[in-house]
Amino acid sequence: MSDKAAPAAAAAGGNRAGMKKELPEHFKAYKHVWVFIEMERGVVHPVSWELLGEGRKLADKLGVELAGALLAGPGEATAAAVKDCFEYGADLVYLMEDPILADYRNQTYAASLTDLVNTHKPEILLLGATNLGRDLAGTVATTLATGLTADCTELAIDHEGSLAATRPTFGGTLLCTIHTLNFRPQMATVRPRVMAMPERQEGRQGRVVPHKLALEESSIITKILDFIADANIEKAQLAYADIVVAGGMGLGRAENFKLVQDLAAVLGAEYGCSRPVVQKGWMPAERQIGQTGKTIRPRLYIAAGISGAIQHRVGVEGSDIILAINTDPNATIFEFAHMGIVGDALQILPALTEAFRRRLAVNRLAG
Amino acid sequence: MNIVVCIKQVPDSAQIRVHPVTNTIMRQGVPTIINPYDLFSLEAALQLRDQVGGKVIVLTMGPPMAEDALRKAMGIGADKAVLLTDRFFAGSDTLATSYALSMAISKIAETEGPIDMVFCGKQTIDGDTAQVGPGIACRLGLNQLTYITSIESLDAAKREITVQRRAEGGVQVLKTALPVMVTMLEGSNVVRRGSMPNVLRAAREPITILNAAKAGIEDLTRCGLKGSPTVVKKVFAPKPRADKAKLVETANRSHTDIANDAVEAIFAAAPKLHTDLLGRVAQA
Repeated sequence: MSDKAAPAAAAAGGNRAGMKKELPEHFKAYKHVWVFIEMERGVVHPVSWELLGEGRKLADKLGVELAGALLAGPGEATAAAVKDCFEYGADLVYLMEDPILADYRNQTYAASLTDLVNTHKPEILLLGATNLGRDLAGTVATTLATGLTADCTELAIDHEGSLAATRPTFGGTLLCTIHTLNFRPQMATVRPRVMAMPERQEGRQGRVVPHKLALEESSIITKILDFIADANIEKAQLAYADIVVAGGMGLGRAENFKLVQDLAAVLGAEYGCSRPVVQKGWMPAERQIGQTGKTIRPRLYIAAGISGAIQHRVGVEGSDIILAINTDPNATIFEFAHMGIVGDALQILPALTEAFRRRLAVNRLAG
Repeated sequence: MNIVVCIKQVPDSAQIRVHPVTNTIMRQGVPTIINPYDLFSLEAALQLRDQVGGKVIVLTMGPPMAEDALRKAMGIGADKAVLLTDRFFAGSDTLATSYALSMAISKIAETEGPIDMVFCGKQTIDGDTAQVGPGIACRLGLNQLTYITSIESLDAAKREITVQRRAEGGVQVLKTALPVMVTMLEGSNVVRRGSMPNVLRAAREPITILNAAKAGIEDLTRCGLKGSPTVVKKVFAPKPRADKAKLVETANRSHTDIANDAVEAIFAAAPKLHTDLLGRVAQA
């Protein structure tokens, strides 16, 4: 919750002891970069692979090893996940395999990950900023009494070998770089799709370090009564869609989002919107694109009537091509879009829908 | 049933502006609101109180002006309010914030009796970290229930609660024991409007004010900047991309021509996308 009152902290930083790196002796043994591998019901969340890709760069810069920390129930899916960890760049996997860990519960996972960290002492620990990752990271950072930076958009190693974690602040109007200088591990979460998916290296090998769970079911207070799978998996599609069309306040009214949906339909695309649109109640929250909504990395992103606040920008910057439509030639979205149309989205959108339809239909007849 | 609801006063983000030259936040005149996510938790707490009895105590940490947010929450229906305020808290990160709030909750329990449930917002709209709730739960030994979509049942006598929790690809049905820390998912309920008697009561009801000492905090090095392991080294506006968007020629041209040009430009830049789209259309 704390926004760290960022500028206040920065301003007061000059006379603050914590601003200087004076790592206590007992933390100097902390080495290597870890990624928490998020596995639920036999499926690893792709954000874990994205983080292995990013973690690989950090580990190489530091000249240390990259490890996956996998907590899971026993079974084939777990063995496959270990193999995947190596192929996505991990040198080793710390594996806690126990039926108690088959489903996520805060108590079991937090105790296990804390134990694993205290035993093997990583200097950096990365987690996906998913519901599970955020639930877990907040607890583990508290038990370890260390720093945790949420929703990072960029991770780097500074000249002193510290993790420099950059994230949007003030509701996404500015960026700030946060360090955990004198505590270990340095923890950070990153949202799905913020980092690129690494290339899989078939056949790449690594070593497994098993770790025994020190819990019994009788000591765990929270019980899982049931799991109700989602009837429609539509919600998950936006972040991983190939093409996304989105509308902003420039569309003026909720009914005009039909134009966004029409274009999306022709392209077989997903559709979404900017944050103010959700706040207005014109679209449901799961359609929100941006820092506090979904981060997307499509091959084509069409943004209509969206001004391009930083909180939106960081959610779409990974797109291969961004086409922006806005009446205001000075809108900030033109600073990071690749192509732009200065014009009224209400007129351009239907014209684009027609143009794409014609272009794709003509070629079908010809082919 | 004693329920504490932690809320935060935040600037209305829709109205924050950045100074175009200095890139600093222009806070002047920006109205403050209760963090919208907190309201779903407040409503859930009020519903439980109405169901099983007890009281709802709203708690916030912030500057003296955060009293406004507490009075608004009492207007909505909270019974009591506590403001945790001290200059020693300035610059707290999430670890220092959850420490101060958990100390305040323990202090509240001394006068009000044991706390059965703590509610927090899913996250704030200014910090967006979602870390303080879990931090409080961890420090006070509360069973943690985040991203709750519905509270199915609460058995006050057996001290058991059953909830639905949003997970990847579905909903977990969880049963656990009180005391708990709960964060509610947005849209999980409809937040009630303040009633006239509550609004009138909220205006004159005294608010308990705790400073660090009154909250029982002896070690001030665990508060504020000193108690925060994270350090903000730099705040900056993002660099614009070197090359700005290539604009489609629009002067004196029809929307059809403009759209055709845009489509050509897209497919010229991404020929593979074009082929794939044609493949998809052919299959359909």
